Amino acid sequence: MRALGQQFNTLLTLSWRNLWRNHRRTLIMLGAISVGVWAMIFMTALMRGMVDDMLDQGIRNLPGHIQIQHPLFLDDPSVVNNIPPPDGALQQALNQPGVKRWATRIRVPAVIASERESRGINLLGVEPAAEADLSGIPTQISDGRFLDSNQDEGIVIGARLARDLETRLGKRVVVMSQDPDNNISERGFRIVGIYRAEIAAMEEFNVYAARDTLQQLLGIDNRVSQIIAVGNDYRNIEPLYRRLAAATPDGLEIKPWYEIDTYLAAMFNMMDGFVLVWVIIIFMALSFGLVNTLVMAVFERVREIGLIQALGMRPRLIVYQILLESLLLLLTGLTIGNLLALVTVKPLESGLDVSIVAEGMAMMGAGSMLYPKLTLHDVVLANTVVIILGILTSILPAWRAARLNPVRALNTT
Amino acid sequence: MSAIHCHQLCKTFRQGDEIITGLDHVDITIEAGEFVCLSGPSGSGKTTLLNAIGGLDTPDSGEIRMGDIRIDRLERGPLADMRLHHIGFVFQAYNLIPVLSARENVEFVMQVQGVPARERHRKTSEILREVGLEGMEERRPAQLSGGQQQRVAVARAIVTRPDLVLADEPTANLDSVSASQLMDLFVELNQNHRITFVIATHDKRVMSYARRLIKMQDGKIIGDEAQ
Repeated sequence: MRALGQQFNTLLTLSWRNLWRNHRRTLIMLGAISVGVWAMIFMTALMRGMVDDMLDQGIRNLPGHIQIQHPLFLDDPSVVNNIPPPDGALQQALNQPGVKRWATRIRVPAVIASERESRGINLLGVEPAAEADLSGIPTQISDGRFLDSNQDEGIVIGARLARDLETRLGKRVVVMSQDPDNNISERGFRIVGIYRAEIAAMEEFNVYAARDTLQQLLGIDNRVSQIIAVGNDYRNIEPLYRRLAAATPDGLEIKPWYEIDTYLAAMFNMMDGFVLVWVIIIFMALSFGLVNTLVMAVFERVREIGLIQALGMRPRLIVYQILLESLLLLLTGLTIGNLLALVTVKPLESGLDVSIVAEGMAMMGAGSMLYPKLTLHDVVLANTVVIILGILTSILPAWRAARLNPVRALNTT
Repeated sequence: MSAIHCHQLCKTFRQGDEIITGLDHVDITIEAGEFVCLSGPSGSGKTTLLNAIGGLDTPDSGEIRMGDIRIDRLERGPLADMRLHHIGFVFQAYNLIPVLSARENVEFVMQVQGVPARERHRKTSEILREVGLEGMEERRPAQLSGGQQQRVAVARAIVTRPDLVLADEPTANLDSVSASQLMDLFVELNQNHRITFVIATHDKRVMSYARRLIKMQDGKIIGDEAQ
C-alpha cells in the first residue's frame, strides 16, 4: 500500500511538471477545455431554464401536478362529467404534508358575449385563495383585481379576450353554458379583473369566475369538475400521486401531470437526454485537441519514456502517468470552466429578457423572460462526461507510450 | 541474485534491406562482484549485449540467466520489476528526467520501489555527497554540467545498491578529470559494496580500470582476459 502511495506521488509529480513543460500548448488546451465546459454548462443552464419555464407554464395551464376527475372528463370536459367534492379518506390525504395546495374547480365550455362580440371559452370556477398556487393568474392581473371569494360575482378575463370582445374592466358580459340537463344557463357578470399570461392562448380562452357562483349558474349543487393538487416539486410527484391514488374512491380517475399532458412529459424526459447529447458533442470537438496534446506530449518524450522503462517502471505505471497527465489537464480545465459558468450564469438567474424573440418563445410555450438554471445534476453530468470521455480518449496515447521499445526509445534523438 | 550467464545469444537487426548481426552466438558468464569492461569498435555488439543483459532488448535466440531467472523469457512487467530491484543503468547521454531535480532524479527509482520518504532522503543525501554533488540537490538537469549530470545518473544507478550496474560509454561525454573521478567511484563501489559492474567502452583509460576485459567484434567475443 505504501509503495502504491509513493508510486502515485511519483506519477503525480511527473504528470504535473510534464504538463507545464510546454506552457503555451497546455494553456491553449486549458483554454479550449475551459471554454468548452463553460459552453456545456452555460447552454445547458439556458436550455434547462427555458424547458423549466415551458413545463412550469404548461403545468400551470393544466393546472396542478395531480388531477382527480370523472373518468370521462378529460375526453369530454362537459358539465355532466362532474364529481362530488372530496371527503373522507381523500380529504384526509389531501390535507397531509406533501400537498402544498389543493382545490376544487369547475371547468366547462361556454360562450362569452359582450355588447359587440362573442367568443368560445373555457369557463373556470375557481377557489380564488388557491389560484395563486395553481394557475398563478392572481399574480398576473394587469387591471382591476382577482376574485376575492368563492362567492364573488365578478369575472376575470384575459387582455386578449377583452380586446377581441371589444370590452374592458367594469363592463358587463354574458356567459352562456349548459346545465347537466342540457338546458342553457346564462347570466351576466361584471369584469372585475383583466390578466396577462405568458401564453397567448390562455389569455384568449381561460375565463375565471368564483366556484360557488358557477355551481349556482350550472345547477350542480356542490359538485365540481376536478380536484387539483399541487405538490412541492413537479419532478418528484410520484410518492404523492401514489398516496392520493390509494385514497381516491372508485369511479374517479386520478392522473399526474405527465399523463395528462404527454407533450410536457416527453419534453421533461427528453431534456436529460438532450443535455447528455449536447455535452458529448462539445466534448467530441474538444477531444481532438486533447488527443493531439497527449500524442505530442508522448512524441516529445519518447526518450524519457524509454528511460523510465529502463529504470524499471512497469508499462502499467506509464499508462497511469499519461492518464494522470490527461486527468490533471481535464480537472484544471473543468475547474476554470465551472467557475466561468458559475460567474456567468448566476447573475442571469434573475432573468434574461428575450422579448425580441417573444413570439417564437410563446409558440414553444415559454415566456419572454428566460431564467437560466444551473443545476447540480447538469454540472455533475458535464464534468463526469468530460472526465470519463477524456480518460477514454487518452488511453490510446498512453497505451502507445507504454508499448514503446526502451532501446529504440532511448536512442531517439 | 548474482552471476550472469549468457548462452548462445543471437540478435540481428534489419536496416533497410540489410540484416545486421548484433550478437552472434555469444557465450559469457559474469560472476557477482566482477568489474568487467566490454570493449570493441562501434557496431561490435557491446551495447546490444548490455541491453540484452539488462532486459531492455530481447535476443532472437539463446538464453540469459541472472541467478536462476531466465531474463529472456520474462514478460514486460516482471522484466521491469527485475530492472527496478536488481539493475542500475548508466547511459552515455546522461538521461535524466528534465522536470525533476537532482535529488528527485536519484529518488525516482526508490519512489517506484516504495522506499519510505525518510530513508529515501537519507540515502539520496549520502549518495549525492559521495558523488560530489552536495549542495546541488535541488538543481534541475539543465542547471548542471555534463559531468555533474552523469554523476546524478550514477547516483541514481547505485543508490539502491543493485546487484548489477550496466554502464554504456559512461565517460564518453566527460572531460578526463570527470572521467577518472567517475571510474574511481565505480571501483570504490565495486570494492566496498560488491556491486557487479559491466561497462561498455572503447576508451582505453576506462579499460585500464577493469579487472576483466572482454573484446568484441562483429557481435562475437574475440577475447576475454583478466587484468
